[in-house]
Amino acid sequence: MTDQEIIERINSSLAEEFELDLAEMTPETTLYGDLGLDSLDTVDMVIVLEGAFGFKIREEEAIREIRTLDDIHRFVISKKRQLEETA
Amino acid sequence: MSLKRVVITGAGSVSPFGRGSDTLMDALLAGRSAVRNIPDLERIGGLRSRVAALVPSIDPKEIPRKFRRSMSPMSIYATLACYDALAQAGLSPEECGSGLLGVSIGSTVGSTATTEEFFRDFFVDHSLERMKTTFFFQIMNHSCAANVAQALGVTGRILSPSAACSTGSHAVGYGYEMIAMGRQEQMLCGGADEFHPLTAATFDVMNAASVHFNDSPTRTPRPFDRERDGVVCAEGAGILLLESLDSALARRVPILAEVIGFATLSDPSSIANPDAGAMERCMQLALADAGIGADEVDYVNAHATATEQGDVAESEAIFRIFGDRVPVSSLKGHMGHTMAASGSIELLACVGMMLRSALVPTLNLQNVDPACSPLNYLRQAESGDVKVVIKNNFALGGVNSSIVLRSYPHD
Repeated sequence: MTDQEIIERINSSLAEEFELDLAEMTPETTLYGDLGLDSLDTVDMVIVLEGAFGFKIREEEAIREIRTLDDIHRFVISKKRQLEETA
Repeated sequence: MSLKRVVITGAGSVSPFGRGSDTLMDALLAGRSAVRNIPDLERIGGLRSRVAALVPSIDPKEIPRKFRRSMSPMSIYATLACYDALAQAGLSPEECGSGLLGVSIGSTVGSTATTEEFFRDFFVDHSLERMKTTFFFQIMNHSCAANVAQALGVTGRILSPSAACSTGSHAVGYGYEMIAMGRQEQMLCGGADEFHPLTAATFDVMNAASVHFNDSPTRTPRPFDRERDGVVCAEGAGILLLESLDSALARRVPILAEVIGFATLSDPSSIANPDAGAMERCMQLALADAGIGADEVDYVNAHATATEQGDVAESEAIFRIFGDRVPVSSLKGHMGHTMAASGSIELLACVGMMLRSALVPTLNLQNVDPACSPLNYLRQAESGDVKVVIKNNFALGGVNSSIVLRSYPHD
């Protein structure tokens, strides 16, 4: 997958789960402020991403630092690349 | 201790006929049936009943996602019905958080469909890694009450009675008692349920579900009819806003009816089979609570689900108290048995009958079963004053309940 394909899959997965408007999902969009997500949504977001990409990220420390969509994009791309190298 | 008088100032319904109390009343008075053949039920081995009355497609997005994410369909039905009841009663969102308003809403169980969905995934690899945070909030026993309270910002008491087919009546009855005692000024009361094949199977396994009308669904259920063959399962929510008379008068809102009596009791003679004596006792207690005699009742809204034993026992109980004078009908013929919602949906239909001065007959009652007592069975709509109504619900588990309503104001 290209980085752009990863980003599109992330955005479409989150849009479906949280009923978001794709047009309003820019990299700078904040999860808690702009999208109105909360702690329960954050847990479910991890499950959605695990299902979309087939990896386990729940115990990753870096998840706690995620604030924007761009943070998610970069985290997932990094994780994907890391797993590809390991494989 | 003096008790407060309790009135109804709002009603909301999501029934197999759709959303809205007027939608429900129009369908009932037009003699329409909401029972349909459900093709998906054919795929379930051993299930003989393939009819049900389901809520037609409704848009749940009026409920913000933040609140809707923890709701299964039954909570969505209950919340939409609450929106409508509050709107009719003129109670604003700000007033919901006054502490004066409480919630008394129950269901038979939490969401069976959500439970099934979870375990279907769990049994794949016995992993909990895919479990969403909102799972529990859909299966807990007080799911409807809690979800409604969250969505509306209610800060008063929460009660979630659960007594199968008596749930809706219990919710109203206990709400009535809470207001009468002065513990809350207003209560959103009612029941809600969503259809799952397990509900139909529960009755089918006891030979109490309708199985002979799968190809002619609108001809069943047939309360009191000699060709009746059992329950048709349904779903929905019925919500009544109960309020102290003092509160309603102070707010200067229209009063739809007054709740003047409630009784409930346990019938330990059987967990499944009804007993006419216990039904009679329940109605007598409700009349005593209302402080009226049987001669003052204008209409009996029967539980009558079209089971062989239930209809006979209830007819006998009604006959012992009211003889063949008082008009009697069951609304199950129109929309099946909405389970936990039946008490409150049918009660708000009784309010509708009082307001429209019209009585709804029993749909599909063509030939009264000779085993049933000789009541004044309504077989066509009647118009005229309806001032006092008694409404019955009798549940599996031996839980009987009766509620008495009176028009307001009354002579």
